[in-house]
Amino acid sequence: MIRIKCPYCGLRDHSEFNYIGDATKIRPVSPELANDEEWFDYIYIRDNPRGVHQEYWQHITGCRSYVKVLRDTVTHEVLKTGLPSDDLLFSYEAEK
Amino acid sequence: MSKYSVLGLIKNAFNDNKNWERAWRDPEPKKHYDVIIIGAGGHGLASAFYLAKNHGIKNIAVLEKGYLGGGNTGRNTTIVRSNYMLDENALFYEKSLKLWEQLSHELNFNVMFSQRGVLNLANSDSQMDAITRRGNTMRLNGIDAELLDRRQVKKMIPYLDFSKTARFQIKGGLLQRRGGTARHDAVAWGFARGADQLGVDIIQNCEVTGFKTKGNNIEIVETSRGPIGCGKVGFAVAGSTGHLASKLGMKLPIESHVLQAFVSEPLKPIIDHVVTFGAGHFYISQSDKGGLVFGGDIDMYNSYAQKGNLPLIEDVVTAGLAMIPGLSRLRIVRHWGGIMDMSMDGSPIIGKSPIDNLYLNCGWCYGGFKATPGSGWVFAHTIANDAPHELNAGLNFDRFRVGRSVDENGGGPVPNRH
Repeated sequence: MIRIKCPYCGLRDHSEFNYIGDATKIRPVSPELANDEEWFDYIYIRDNPRGVHQEYWQHITGCRSYVKVLRDTVTHEVLKTGLPSDDLLFSYEAEK
Repeated sequence: MSKYSVLGLIKNAFNDNKNWERAWRDPEPKKHYDVIIIGAGGHGLASAFYLAKNHGIKNIAVLEKGYLGGGNTGRNTTIVRSNYMLDENALFYEKSLKLWEQLSHELNFNVMFSQRGVLNLANSDSQMDAITRRGNTMRLNGIDAELLDRRQVKKMIPYLDFSKTARFQIKGGLLQRRGGTARHDAVAWGFARGADQLGVDIIQNCEVTGFKTKGNNIEIVETSRGPIGCGKVGFAVAGSTGHLASKLGMKLPIESHVLQAFVSEPLKPIIDHVVTFGAGHFYISQSDKGGLVFGGDIDMYNSYAQKGNLPLIEDVVTAGLAMIPGLSRLRIVRHWGGIMDMSMDGSPIIGKSPIDNLYLNCGWCYGGFKATPGSGWVFAHTIANDAPHELNAGLNFDRFRVGRSVDENGGGPVPNRH
């Protein structure tokens, strides 16, 4: 079981959460101005790292909030959690 | 290298089976190969085999980080079928199924291909409509499909939950009689032996650590056993594709996810076919040793760990019990995980890459095993001709760029939904 610390509810089993996916992809800020290549990158292309991955989970059987999680994809260890607006990768690198 | 035959079997039996030759060599890597395939699983070995056999290329190496067939080839549920609806998938998998039907003869190696039939159950009226449509589409493509109603399913497999109180009533099923299972290790071993006989060097314990490029070409493949020069390079590394691509700074429409599979204690023959559930994700068959081999969904989160988590096991077992209540007191003796290369539309990517002399064979999601011979066949063609075979032309990397995805179940660009 992976244990995820929800910012509102505390430490919970990952079976309470729904995995949303990669949190590093950002929708083009001005959709009407974005070209095909930017849409292609946003919709289809993923870093898919073997190691530290920043991702969204939704606490569906709890507060239903989105939670940002920094997790190692090899060990499944949760390194950091926070609000959707947090840049966990940045703070994780800074603390290292 | 001698051919396997009944005569050889008798001869070796008299010698206490002490004189069997190695099935393939264990060569030192050469300085340069015309084609280097990375990954000695079923797909990589099949690609090398068909490159040598169909295209006359002689100087080929298959590099393997561990031992051959030790990745997803040894971790799947061995199901073979071609019950797809979209042309890009249907025609490709049908070619693969046709190759399966000849494979033991072609390789002179018994891959134990057993056409016991694959039955997809429908548990609602709308699912009946969906499988009817799929079956008709398959038949239009010349692929065998039979629609069974509840009564016919009950006659064929009475052990399902046909009670009036069943949570998920069985409405019928779509049967592909030519589908079935094969012995997964034998497929890797057969292709390895066949490729080796044609002069392919299979180099195990040889991890690719990086690449040296010149312009838009890979010149040297760096490995744990030294640098190796290359003409062309093919990736056949399934779940590790993203990791390997990152060494070239290349990003792909793929996420790696962990899929678990299970084997029960051995039983007398009970499940004679491959049966899949309609109300949940569950598929089951019985191995020749008697163990029930089954699986379900991926764990749903990105993972490069070849191990999964307990909530998913509970989920799979719940679906299995809803389908076959008689399994309830059965013990699971083994379970394991493999890394799936989940593509953005659920269909594979076999073709050219953004790098001139690199070819991609990835994005197999749940279903790479059945594709093994077909994948090798078209991948070899693509590498040899620097252009795809007509069967994999629609399964190219660029389909995502132009929005022409091959999305069999309409899941959208969310890799864990396929």
